[in-house]
Amino acid sequence: MPSAFPADSVGLVSSQTFRHERPFTLQCGVTLSSFDLVYETYGNLNPDKSNAVLICHALSGNHHAAGYHSEDEAKPGWWDTCIGPGKPIDTNRFFVVSLNNLGGCHGSSGPLSTNPDTGKPYGPQFPTVVVADWVASQALLADHLGIERFAAVIGGSLGGMQAMQWAVDFPDRVHAAVVIAAAAKLSAQNIAFNEIARQAIAADPNFFAGHYAESESNPDKGLGLARMIGHVTYLSDDGMREKFGRALKSGDIDRGADVEFQVESYLHHQGQAFSRRFDANTYVLMTKALDYFDPARDTNDNLVAALEKTRAKFLVISFTSDWRFSVERSKEISDALMAARKNVASAIIESEHGHDSFLLQLPRYISVLGTFLERVHQEISP
Amino acid sequence: MSLRPDLAIIADLINADARVLDLGCGEGDLLAHLQENKNVNGYGLDVDADNIRICLGKGVNVIEQDLDEGLKNFEDSSFDMVVMTETLQSVRRPDHLLEEMLRIGEECIVTFPNFGHWRCRLQLVTSGRMPVARHIPHSWYDTPNIHLCTFTDFETLCHDLKLRVIQRRVVNHNHVEQPWGSVLPNLLGPVAFYRLGRQP
Repeated sequence: MPSAFPADSVGLVSSQTFRHERPFTLQCGVTLSSFDLVYETYGNLNPDKSNAVLICHALSGNHHAAGYHSEDEAKPGWWDTCIGPGKPIDTNRFFVVSLNNLGGCHGSSGPLSTNPDTGKPYGPQFPTVVVADWVASQALLADHLGIERFAAVIGGSLGGMQAMQWAVDFPDRVHAAVVIAAAAKLSAQNIAFNEIARQAIAADPNFFAGHYAESESNPDKGLGLARMIGHVTYLSDDGMREKFGRALKSGDIDRGADVEFQVESYLHHQGQAFSRRFDANTYVLMTKALDYFDPARDTNDNLVAALEKTRAKFLVISFTSDWRFSVERSKEISDALMAARKNVASAIIESEHGHDSFLLQLPRYISVLGTFLERVHQEISP
Repeated sequence: MSLRPDLAIIADLINADARVLDLGCGEGDLLAHLQENKNVNGYGLDVDADNIRICLGKGVNVIEQDLDEGLKNFEDSSFDMVVMTETLQSVRRPDHLLEEMLRIGEECIVTFPNFGHWRCRLQLVTSGRMPVARHIPHSWYDTPNIHLCTFTDFETLCHDLKLRVIQRRVVNHNHVEQPWGSVLPNLLGPVAFYRLGRQP
């Protein structure tokens, strides 16, 4: 029977759940008596379990990074451009693990889960989770899968921060860390955008200070607005001009009647779609994890010292039109790694698609990532 | 794979475990050789997409960085040796770059095509046109070599910048050392090879 999926797709995939049955103490001091992580895997783990690659998702991502959940699924996983047979993260070579982070809203323990102490959903009471907590919980998932050491830990944006944290917290468990469109810490401007998004959610009368589930409502407007703000910052001025220009979806500017620009219509759609698939409390939690990330905080703001204990080889990729996580932020990472005498390579990809570039099929990006990982595979192969 | 002769000369001058920066590292052959044979902690800077890809495939630490934007991201004395082969003539401010190289490196090695070679001089005199030779193959209008100089020009610059010439060698266009190059190097040597340090 011919496959309904493209030849370079991992095809039909299904998710699994890892349940950690023991207490897990978060950085904030709160202990979860147990937790669940939903994950998917693509490709095969080799006998010596050395070919595993961990994918860390960004703000609004989840475990479904590649392939299709059913033949009817309209779109494949969020990073299908890069994961699959013959793709840069080549499932003919690597065993790829992709999970939904703690605090997420796609099956892993998070605000939608039941709080065992109250028997009701956590909602806004789900404890604060930081990047180091994600990495620690991902390490438990790796233990469960029998993976001692990842050939690579890879992520874009907030995912890149996790890759960096992995190299800091588990130097011996990461052969290569791929840090894409990320930063060693958010700038004030970047935190400001996150706060505007959070305030948009909080201002929605249906938010009920996060207790919307109990009120059987959902802050669709606020969450949609948060996404619209975020979305604009993930694109670039040139990219938006190219994609929308000043084209009208409806109405007539001369008469001033019912005018809707294409870009408005697009953002409304993005906002609405997002509020259907994402949880507002998770959005607040994830943006805070972004804001708090700062591995140099323990070393007197000295990033070089913070990276001192890493042993991974790094690849740092940035995109020219990305102003939310600019090329400069990536240079800070590669400069600090050089000053710490670590193995690091970097590439600056020409793109007009802003921060979202890291999800796109840009030929040079694909080639840089693929070549680096091909080399990684040679290095881990005996 | 054997190393290009000029790179082999450079590799011989670099100590084991040294900290090395290669400006315009190309396909990364020098760094790959040094990483493998001398346990060197090395980085290469380049801006060419193909070169960067080839370096990644070799496991070379290549950093995408334009030399014309300077080397401010490196601290003083962060390297034992800063190498720049056949790149000096194509940067916007060779003088600034040389000073920077010896700020961030204890020593540096620079090679460049000698515009004072007798073939260049002869072409300019006889045809009245900008010289084109094996070691400088471009026409004047499409050349990346915007700052060609001669041995004498370079040594004058080193003197003005108070840089110390530790070693000078003359190689031919196959980068094989020419024993007669020490006689009238500016006239007979196609490619200049300099090892520089700071003035004591």
